[in-house]
Amino acid sequence: MAIKVVERRPLTLAERSYLPQILAGLKVTWDNMVRPPVTLQYPDERPAIPQNYRGVPTLVMDPNGREKCVSCQLCEFVCPPKAIRITPGEIAPDAPNAHVEKAPQEFEINMLRCIYCGLCQEVCPEEAIWLQSQYSMTGTNREMMVNNKARLYELGGTLPDGHHKWDKKKQEAERQAQEGH
Amino acid sequence: MVTDNKPSLVTINVDGVEHQVPAGANLVDALGKIGKEVPHYCYHPKLPVAGNCRMCLVELGSPMRDRATNEVVMENGKPKIGWQPKPAIACATNVSPGLHVRLESPGVKACREGVTEMLLLNHPLDCPICDQAGECKLQEFSAEYGRGYSRYLDEKNAKPKKTRLGPRVTLDDERCILCSRCVRFSSEIAKDPVLGFVNRGSFNTLTCFPGRELDNNYSLNTVDICPVGALTSTDFRFKMRVWFLKQTPSIDTESSAGANTTVWSREGKIYRVTPRRNDAVNDTWMADSGRELFKAVEAPNRVTAATVKQAPATLEAALVAAQQALAAGPLAIVGSAHMSVEEQRLLARLAQARNAVVYVPAHLGKGDGLLVSEDRTPNFRGALVTGLTDRAPVADLKALAADIDAGKVKSVLIVREDAVMLGLPASTLAKVRSVALATHHSVTTAAAEVVLPALTVFERSGTFINCQFRLQAFAQAVPARPARCPTASCSRDSPASTPRTSGPSSPPPCPRSPVSTARSSPPKASRSTAPPGRTTSSPKANC
Repeated sequence: MAIKVVERRPLTLAERSYLPQILAGLKVTWDNMVRPPVTLQYPDERPAIPQNYRGVPTLVMDPNGREKCVSCQLCEFVCPPKAIRITPGEIAPDAPNAHVEKAPQEFEINMLRCIYCGLCQEVCPEEAIWLQSQYSMTGTNREMMVNNKARLYELGGTLPDGHHKWDKKKQEAERQAQEGH
Repeated sequence: MVTDNKPSLVTINVDGVEHQVPAGANLVDALGKIGKEVPHYCYHPKLPVAGNCRMCLVELGSPMRDRATNEVVMENGKPKIGWQPKPAIACATNVSPGLHVRLESPGVKACREGVTEMLLLNHPLDCPICDQAGECKLQEFSAEYGRGYSRYLDEKNAKPKKTRLGPRVTLDDERCILCSRCVRFSSEIAKDPVLGFVNRGSFNTLTCFPGRELDNNYSLNTVDICPVGALTSTDFRFKMRVWFLKQTPSIDTESSAGANTTVWSREGKIYRVTPRRNDAVNDTWMADSGRELFKAVEAPNRVTAATVKQAPATLEAALVAAQQALAAGPLAIVGSAHMSVEEQRLLARLAQARNAVVYVPAHLGKGDGLLVSEDRTPNFRGALVTGLTDRAPVADLKALAADIDAGKVKSVLIVREDAVMLGLPASTLAKVRSVALATHHSVTTAAAEVVLPALTVFERSGTFINCQFRLQAFAQAVPARPARCPTASCSRDSPASTPRTSGPSSPPPCPRSPVSTARSSPPKASRSTAPPGRTTSSPKANC
């Protein structure tokens, strides 16, 4: 390829004085000084999390305080990185939720394995596991990064329930029993 | 004598395609053999036909014949088929020559859809908590043949959810589809008719007869044959979903009947044992008592490490001590009919080399005429075949005790037997050098000089010979638990193992018990000596 020689143009007086460039730079500085800030002072300030955010998976209770998980282990089955480990158990016959019969004895989600894919929430037939707005999981050792059942319910709290499937079933059974069935 | 046992074949026509099936076979079985599934709930190949679920409705037809001449009526060059005006249940139909069956016609599909809808009317939405989920016929057929949505607006029937039918069986009444398999099993197979249906219509309920309960030794078979989750095993209830469980073919060791079993395990823990179909041995049944044997694997009194003079020792040190103990003088061997054929063969070779007397103790119980025989060991026939012994099993070990007292025996090897309980007093055993190979601690392991950990039937593979002289293989279901034994001692690749036998039988594979390593011998031949057709478990660590 041919080489094209470009002749260097001598600098003008304004360029030699640097003043236009300095003023242009100062304009950017002044603009940013008066513009409202776009960053947050994390961790003192926290961002607003959108509703459909997929944060740390949690277990939730229904508004009556009943644990919704029945330990069907579908989330354990579907979990791609095998982060979930459930020990199923039977509910004591004198417990208030004895009509559900089955609940997890232990429920562990290993957050070192979790990939926040949300398949557990999607597969759950009882709407018991939710990826909520918690986005920051830290710990100083591996054990701290495994959420056990108590921790999962603490993180999950209570969510509204549109079905009350088990409670309705119990009411229906009681109604039929009253009618002598 | 060789006889031709092949059943004669007849030609039937299924959805326009001709197939050869055994003459006289049940239509459901015959279609199953040619790969056509007829959905059914109440039909079971080993039970009398009840025909009450109506799921197996198909359309049947046969070539029409002229009434005057008895000639087949032809139409367009083909025999004209006279179709029955209404569908018929396949389970109550036997195949006959020229039978025409429609499995995929709109009428048949409508039948299945209707039956499924009817069964689901009052069926609870329990699948998330139901133990049957994953192996539930109602779940499978609803997905395959059902409508997919419910048109039912009323409330479902509420019935008792947790009725105790017996010590091992719990009934969930809501899930029952009234197929009567359990009723027929109790009366026809177990010969203990305690189950029946009471009340009518929506109130129809399975129950035990007044004052009785389902407590016979075959009650858990009703759980196996229940097509839905109505009858559940009290032991397995809510323990683990079945889709996590690995199935391993095994053999029931409770008696010489040798029922074929499937061991269901997950990550080295066994959850249940169910029968495996073998029409020559146990059909599809097994006794309840054999289903609890897996609990021995995690029993608290397992021998988990070798001991020398009751002090824990490494396996290598224990093997050296055992070798010295066995070399002390004239040897006597207490062999066992609980050993596999391969282990018995090795022990027989040891006995031959040392000119040792072998005692194989008997374990007798009451036979029930079904699948629990009087001989409560799985493999005494193996002891005869392998040459471990040529006598009937001995009732006790008093003869051995007398020999020890007389000074004729200087060392004793006890394999898988509780010799002290069998009449060899601990004080007598203390007079000689003794080596015990045991799975569980007992008075014998407390008295023996060297104790080596052995593996249960679930942790090793091998073969048993049952009372029909039928050679049956069992596979390793879970990794060996006695964790403190080094890999080399229980691995197939063990260098210190058996030499190739020169006998006529195929060389036995290296057994997983350390008995083989107790003998110094040249390196083992290739691994390919394992019998074919044996399923092996995951190649995880053996120890």
